Amino acid sequence: MFDKDVEQASIRQGFGEGLLAAGEKNPQVVGLCADLTESTKMNLFSEKFPNRFIQMGVAEQNMASVASGLAAMGKIPFISSYAMFSPGRNWEQIRTTICYNDRPVKIAGSHAGVSVGPDGGTHQAIEDIALTRVLPRMIVLSPCDAIEAKKATLASVDTGTPVYIRLAREKTPVMTTELTPFEIGKAQIYWQSAKPQVGIVATGALLHRALLAAKELEEKGIEVEVMNLSTIKPLDEKALIELAKKVGKIVTVEEHQIRGGMGSAVAECLAKNFPVPMEFIGVDDLFGQSGTPDELIEHYGMDTKSIIKAVNKILKR
Amino acid sequence: MDITDEKLIKLKEKANNIRISLIEALITAGSGHTAGPLDMADIFTVLFFHTLRHNPQKPEWPERDRLVLSNGHICPVLYSTMAYAGYFPVEELKTLRKFGSRLQGHPHRDFLPMLESSSGPLGSGLSQAVGMALADKIDHGLTSERRIYALLSDGELECGQTWEAAMLAGKEKLQNLVVVVDRNNIQIDGYTENVMPLESLSDKWRAWNWHVIEIDGHNIEEIADAFEAAKAIFGKPTVIIAHTIAGCGVPEFERDYRWHGKPPNKEEGEVAIKELRTLGGKIRSEHQ
Repeated sequence: MFDKDVEQASIRQGFGEGLLAAGEKNPQVVGLCADLTESTKMNLFSEKFPNRFIQMGVAEQNMASVASGLAAMGKIPFISSYAMFSPGRNWEQIRTTICYNDRPVKIAGSHAGVSVGPDGGTHQAIEDIALTRVLPRMIVLSPCDAIEAKKATLASVDTGTPVYIRLAREKTPVMTTELTPFEIGKAQIYWQSAKPQVGIVATGALLHRALLAAKELEEKGIEVEVMNLSTIKPLDEKALIELAKKVGKIVTVEEHQIRGGMGSAVAECLAKNFPVPMEFIGVDDLFGQSGTPDELIEHYGMDTKSIIKAVNKILKR
Repeated sequence: MDITDEKLIKLKEKANNIRISLIEALITAGSGHTAGPLDMADIFTVLFFHTLRHNPQKPEWPERDRLVLSNGHICPVLYSTMAYAGYFPVEELKTLRKFGSRLQGHPHRDFLPMLESSSGPLGSGLSQAVGMALADKIDHGLTSERRIYALLSDGELECGQTWEAAMLAGKEKLQNLVVVVDRNNIQIDGYTENVMPLESLSDKWRAWNWHVIEIDGHNIEEIADAFEAAKAIFGKPTVIIAHTIAGCGVPEFERDYRWHGKPPNKEEGEVAIKELRTLGGKIRSEHQ
C-alpha cells in the first residue's frame, strides 16, 4: 500500500461494477443518467440492462423526481451525474421528492473533490457532503477506494432509504481487499499504534495520504491511529467517542469544504459527547481551479505534508 | 364509458358538496388557497367517482391507477374529494392545517400515507408521474391498462422542470400517462399572461410529441370523455388542457387572482356556502 507502484483504480469504477452486480442480484434496480453514462461508469449497467436504464439527457432536476416516481412503484433507482449537478443542481428535488417523500433513491455523485483536476472549479464538488448530510433520512457514503465503492453501492440497495454515494474521477490507490469488512454506519481503524497520541479521521481517497502521514510520523516517533470514516451519516458515534477518549486529539481529513463537511459532523458528535482539540484538513472557504490532482491537493492543503503539519500543531495544543 | 343522466346529476351534486366542504375547511383553517380548489372540483369528482381505478377501502391495492397532485397547494379539493370517496371521515376536513392533523397545509405522505406523493414545491409532479409511468412500462410494456394521472396548475408550467419531464415523456412514448393542466389563467402575482405568457400552450405540448385535448373543465361529460379518449391514444402521452374559471362556483371569487392564495373569512365563507347550497340562487337551500 505504501509502494510507489501501488495498484490504482477509480472510485467511480467501483460504483459501476457495484451497480452491475446489484442489477444482476435484484431485478428492481434501475439506472438513470444525465448524459454522463460512461463518465460515471453507469455504462456497465446500461449495456447489460438496456431496458432498465433511462437516458435522461442533461436534466438533473427531472432525473431526481423521475427516480422518486420509479421508487414509488417499487423500483430501486440509482441516479448518476457529477456531484456538482446531482446533488448540487437538483438539491431541492432530492430534498422534497426523494427525502421528504420517503422514496429510496440512490444518488451517485461522481467527480467530487478538487482532484477532478483540469476541468476546473465549476466541476469540482466540494459542498456535496454538507448538502446531503443535512437531509433527514439520507445516508451519506464516501468510500475510500474502488473496492469499498463497490461494496457501498451493493449495500445501498437494501437500506430502504435515500443514499448518497460520493465518487471521485481519478484513479487512486486501492487500500482495501474483497475481505476488508464494510458495513454502513461502521467506521474502521486502518492504522493502529500501541500508544497513539492523535487520531486521524479520514474519508474518501485522502485516506491514503492520511496513512502515508501515519507511517512518516511513526518513523519520527509520533504514534497515531487512522480511522476510515466511509459512512458520514449515520455517524459511528461510538467508534468516534472511543477514539477521542483513547487519543485525546483529532485531525479530520476530507476533500471537501471544511464548513459543513465530515469534520463538522465529527465535531458535532465530539463537542456533545467528549470534547477534544481538533484540526480540520479540507478546503478553507474557497472554490477549486484547474491543475493536476496532486497540484490541487497540495495547493488547498490536503496533502500528506499538510496532514503531518496538522498533527504536529495539535500535539502542541 | 358514457355517463347516464342519473349519474350526471349525482356527480354534479358530489362536486357541489366537495366545494362546500372545502370552503368550510378553509374557514376553519384560517389560511390556504381558495381559487384552484374550487375550479378543480369538477375534475376531481370525475376522477374519483368515475375514471380512477382505486379502492378507498384498500388504498394500497397494487393494481390501482396513480394520481399525482403536482400543485400541492390545491389540496383542500384533494382532501375533500378523498373524504367523500371514503378514504377518511368528512368531519376530519375541519382539521385542515392544524397541528397534528393528517391534512397538512401541503400534502405529506408521512401524515397521510394513502397519498401517492408529498407535494408543494411547484414543477416536480410531472416528473414523478413520468417515473411511475416508466416503471409501469418497464414491468408491463405497452399492454398495461394502468393509467398514471398528473394534475398540474398552469402557473407551474413556468418551472423548467415541467418541460424536462414533458420532453422525456414524449421521447419514451408514455401512452399510460395523462396530464390535466388547470388552465385557470391566474397565479399569486396576477394573470398568467401578464406574469409569464404561456400561450400557445397546446403547441408547446404538441412539440414534445404529446396528444392534446382541450376541454371545458366544468363540463362533467366533457371531462369524462377526455379521460376516456386518452385511453385510446397509442404511442403518446396525453395532456388535457382544462379551461376552468378560477374560483368556480362562487361568483364573488370567480376570475379574481387575489383568491389564489387566501382563504375566505367567516362572512365571505358564509356567502360562498350560500351560493353553493342554492346553486347561485337557482334553488332553495335546505338550510334556509
